[in-house]
Amino acid sequence: MTVTTETRALRTQGARVKPSRDGGIRESAISRAVAMAVMIVATLYFLTPLWWLFVASTKTRQEFTTTNPLWFSDFALFDNIAALIQYRDGVFLQWLANSALYAGVGAALATLIAAMAGYAIAKYSFRGRETFFNVILGGILVPATALALPLFLLFSQAGATNTIWAVLLPSLVSPFGVYLSRIYAAASVPDEIIEAARIDGAGEVRTFFTVATRLMAPALVTIFLFQFVAIWNNFFLPLIMLRDEGLFPVTLGLYVWNTQVSQIPDIRALVVIGSLLSIIPLIVTFLALQRFWQSGLANGGLK
Amino acid sequence: MAVDNAVRPSRAVRHRGALAVFLVPFAVLFTLFYLVPILYAVYQSLLTVEREGTFGPAVQVFGGLTQYIQVFQNEPFWASIGRVLLFGVVQVPIMLGLALILALLLDSPLVRGTKFFRLAFFAPYAVPAVIAAIMWGFLYSPNLSPFTAVTSNVDLLSAETVLWSIANVVTWVYVGYNMLIIYSALLSIPQEIYEAARLDGAGQFRIAWAIKIPLVVPALVLTGIFSIIGTLQLLAEPQVFQSFSSAVTSTFTPNLTIYSTASIPNISLAAAMSVVLALATFILSFTVLKLTQRRATS
Repeated sequence: MTVTTETRALRTQGARVKPSRDGGIRESAISRAVAMAVMIVATLYFLTPLWWLFVASTKTRQEFTTTNPLWFSDFALFDNIAALIQYRDGVFLQWLANSALYAGVGAALATLIAAMAGYAIAKYSFRGRETFFNVILGGILVPATALALPLFLLFSQAGATNTIWAVLLPSLVSPFGVYLSRIYAAASVPDEIIEAARIDGAGEVRTFFTVATRLMAPALVTIFLFQFVAIWNNFFLPLIMLRDEGLFPVTLGLYVWNTQVSQIPDIRALVVIGSLLSIIPLIVTFLALQRFWQSGLANGGLK
Repeated sequence: MAVDNAVRPSRAVRHRGALAVFLVPFAVLFTLFYLVPILYAVYQSLLTVEREGTFGPAVQVFGGLTQYIQVFQNEPFWASIGRVLLFGVVQVPIMLGLALILALLLDSPLVRGTKFFRLAFFAPYAVPAVIAAIMWGFLYSPNLSPFTAVTSNVDLLSAETVLWSIANVVTWVYVGYNMLIIYSALLSIPQEIYEAARLDGAGQFRIAWAIKIPLVVPALVLTGIFSIIGTLQLLAEPQVFQSFSSAVTSTFTPNLTIYSTASIPNISLAAAMSVVLALATFILSFTVLKLTQRRATS
């Protein structure tokens, strides 16, 4: 049962990703040329800065300002990486690890917690269900930066600022995740399957973990990824919560280094190579999971 | 068990335990890290600091709307709101227009290699705002930039231009993300809709204008609201640009104003500013939602 629904979902997915091209022959050569020209100009706009960052990361400090910014000279990428890692006893690696911890653990737990809530709202009727959901929807509109300052005050009263928890705990809440899970669960988890699991004697919680999560997988990957990015990119919360450099996420660490460039000019090369290394994990994650999150966005996000 | 079912038909009652397992974790965290901070910010904004004499200890007392009066008299704060509104009025339509055009082109049969283009446009979204701002800060600097033809003629970091230089950074990061949301909406339009138009001899441009754009309006509203929220919350980019340009002051955007007010420290005034900013964000995104809904139904 599950298998057939999944293959059907996959097949329609495939059909959606590749819309039929049969009308293409009739399009004029001029429209094609204009369209491709727009695409190429846009590609240059989006990729040139990344190319620049990569090229700049491969240069020695002297060549950084004296050679063509968009082409290689001596390839010192690995020397630069080594210098970055050695600087201040490897604090950069610590920052990367912190970011991975905050974003990885935070997004995984946030996804689970939001999926359970969204599933329950979609599949059970209980008193106050719509009110509960509307309050959560309101939460999507609350800007994260408006929460950061009161959160800081509350955490400081609890004596918990400048700890891992001050950054990790608030990022476990994803109102958007609940919204997406509700919509996706309503559309992709048939009541009959839940009933069948009940007749087989599975408890409600077990049904969720063994059956529903599998059917909701694209939505779960989407929630995980977007929460992962939100935490990885979050700047304000760590900025006001953390004092100890050893707890910084990589964005905050590089920001602090960048403010020191005028006093320590050599640090600029480290900011450049550090920026390159800090975006690679995200790009790799997106590429690895793209099939899942794209279908999650297409099916769940916008109905 | 069967008897139990018959006596209590309501699923809610039967599965109360499971419901608690599903809902309590989110409800608790949402309360602790959303509702309580909001209420606390409101409470904090109603306090004011008083001193006994000039050198007496500071005491927080209930001050009613004192802080809100301060907020409304605070010129830098309103100047910063005006600045981000100007920013949003220009940047959001450009960004969403670009995202719409690129999504329509990706969805049209005119373009080959859509998979590559999709990823190329989306790649900047993987760059955190702080890193993007640092990168573009270097690219704008006259002595480092590869675009010397531009940077030797225009000072991209001067007081007149820096707002638009930041707008470019935001556009660069978010066009691909918005494009993908609109593109996903385009993919979910059934292909049969286009067939009649093709039989009538409509070209791609006409199909896009008359069929596709009206059908992706909900996606445009969604991306528009998120963009408005993002604009009013601008923080990381201008904060980074402070180290590239002296034109970016500590009251450049509302969030920077709140941050610098909180670190003076004047927590109550900063809290009142946060409340005002959050309300402004709410009102603006709600207005957009209502306006577009009315247009869609009429």
